[in-house]
Amino acid sequence: MTDQTAYNFAYLDEQTKRMIRRAILKGVAIPGYQVPFASREMPMPYGWGTGGVQVTAACLVPEDRLKVIDQGADDTTNAVSIRRFFQRTAGVAVTEATAEATVIQTRHRIPETPLTEGQILVYQVPIPEPLRFLEPRETETRKMHELEDYGLMHVKLYEDISRHGQIATAYDYPVKVEGRYVMDPSPIPKFDNPKLAGNAAIQLFGAGREQRIYALPPYSEAISLDFDDYPFAASKADHACDLCAAPDSYLDEVITDDQGSRMFVCSDTDFCASRRKAGHIGPMGTPMAGG
Amino acid sequence: MDTRIWAKMTTQPLLSVRNLSKFYGGRIGCADVNFDLFPGEVLGIVGESGSGKSTLLSCLAGHLAPDRGEVIFATTEGPRDTVQMGEAARRRLARTDWAYVHQNPRDGLRMGVSAGGNVGERLMAVGARHYGQIRDKAVDWLGRVEIAADRVDDRPSAFSGGMQQRLQIARNLVTGPRLVFMDEPTGGLDVSVQARLLDLLRGLVREMGLSAIIVTHDLAVVRLLADRLMVMKGGYVVEQGLTDQVLDDPQHEYTQLLVSSVLQV
Repeated sequence: MTDQTAYNFAYLDEQTKRMIRRAILKGVAIPGYQVPFASREMPMPYGWGTGGVQVTAACLVPEDRLKVIDQGADDTTNAVSIRRFFQRTAGVAVTEATAEATVIQTRHRIPETPLTEGQILVYQVPIPEPLRFLEPRETETRKMHELEDYGLMHVKLYEDISRHGQIATAYDYPVKVEGRYVMDPSPIPKFDNPKLAGNAAIQLFGAGREQRIYALPPYSEAISLDFDDYPFAASKADHACDLCAAPDSYLDEVITDDQGSRMFVCSDTDFCASRRKAGHIGPMGTPMAGG
Repeated sequence: MDTRIWAKMTTQPLLSVRNLSKFYGGRIGCADVNFDLFPGEVLGIVGESGSGKSTLLSCLAGHLAPDRGEVIFATTEGPRDTVQMGEAARRRLARTDWAYVHQNPRDGLRMGVSAGGNVGERLMAVGARHYGQIRDKAVDWLGRVEIAADRVDDRPSAFSGGMQQRLQIARNLVTGPRLVFMDEPTGGLDVSVQARLLDLLRGLVREMGLSAIIVTHDLAVVRLLADRLMVMKGGYVVEQGLTDQVLDDPQHEYTQLLVSSVLQV
């Protein structure tokens, strides 16, 4: 390896990584605060994870083992192409096993397997501002964060209940971090919200188009907003996985034909596969080799 | 002993304004305004367009930063100069002790949020976290401003202009403020709706013991609502006194012009 390629490890140049790392450090120091950063153009369209890729690139070291998931799955287009991107530009080892990975880039899910100390979970964030659809002015939302003026956040939940009889927000569910900033957890299902709090891993959030980075340090407090008489409830499809029989994992509903047949499967493919290897077989599952 | 002096000795003013001035570059917005507002008192500010009424009101309510002067409000912790206090403290005042009724209800309402949500916003901003109670209070307040309870889930865009203005008033008064700023509360409404709104406002002000500062160019509004009147011209206060006294016996030439300009039907 020449000095030149060593200098440009993981696609971004060192000055850019330095800038991103400063934003990450500031984000970790002020949990939930959106730190502006000079987002670069990446070789993929906005909305495909440009923020997450930049944060991952700034965190990676040659010894890392990377896992990339999209909606919990390791084998979807977005996950495969980002994983291959870092294999080519950083030459790091990759894995599909949650427990083996040191850096996990994710879109819309937190893995079912509990994360451990030393792991980094990088989220791809489309819209980092939890107040965006309530107050369109960025100057005003910044002021509201500054002054902790969060009454509006509950107006959204109030509207949910008055219109639907319950809090209908099922993903992108706002949390209050360490009693201070209200944070948008990226569009993870609210089923995953309890895993944000007290997590042993470092959780980093990158929004490329919006040029914001924010973070949850390990073991942070993150409380999902709710009402006393309508408390927060993590919800999932009322079913067990049809492949691995897991009763407590987040499920995708898959239409299997045009006769209305459907099946529920774990959205976390690694979790599902490892359960099947361990001998847990659901009604539509088949045993997997290597168990 | 003069009873007014006696009143001043026993009651602290709710709001004291001293030498308040605001300049737009070389132009005067308002200059050297002085007055005291006592609890339960309604002060009217009248004057032609461009006379500085709205500038003065914005400075008082903290929407504009004045260039000079003091606005001392009797907070629960004692008198404080709201010009000097931090933005966070001023906003806290603005959603607890103060209320601001805009001329155009669209400026003061969230048009995409239901009537109940609009009324509940201030409650939630000061920490109410019980949906049932917030909703009960919203319905109660809609009733007080004569909006039927079954409209609680409708958006303000489905309301008439008069209803929107009444909704804005409910939204502002729900946290029991002590001081209400009103900028032309009846502007843009037809006269019969104006009359109902004024009747409602008068009832609420008396019933809740509110202090209010009402900016208007409609002399009928101040005649009906205001205890005291300030007449502004070119940014200066040219005359002030009891409403009936100023309107029935105007001293300053501009006030005389203003009073004589009202059409008699």
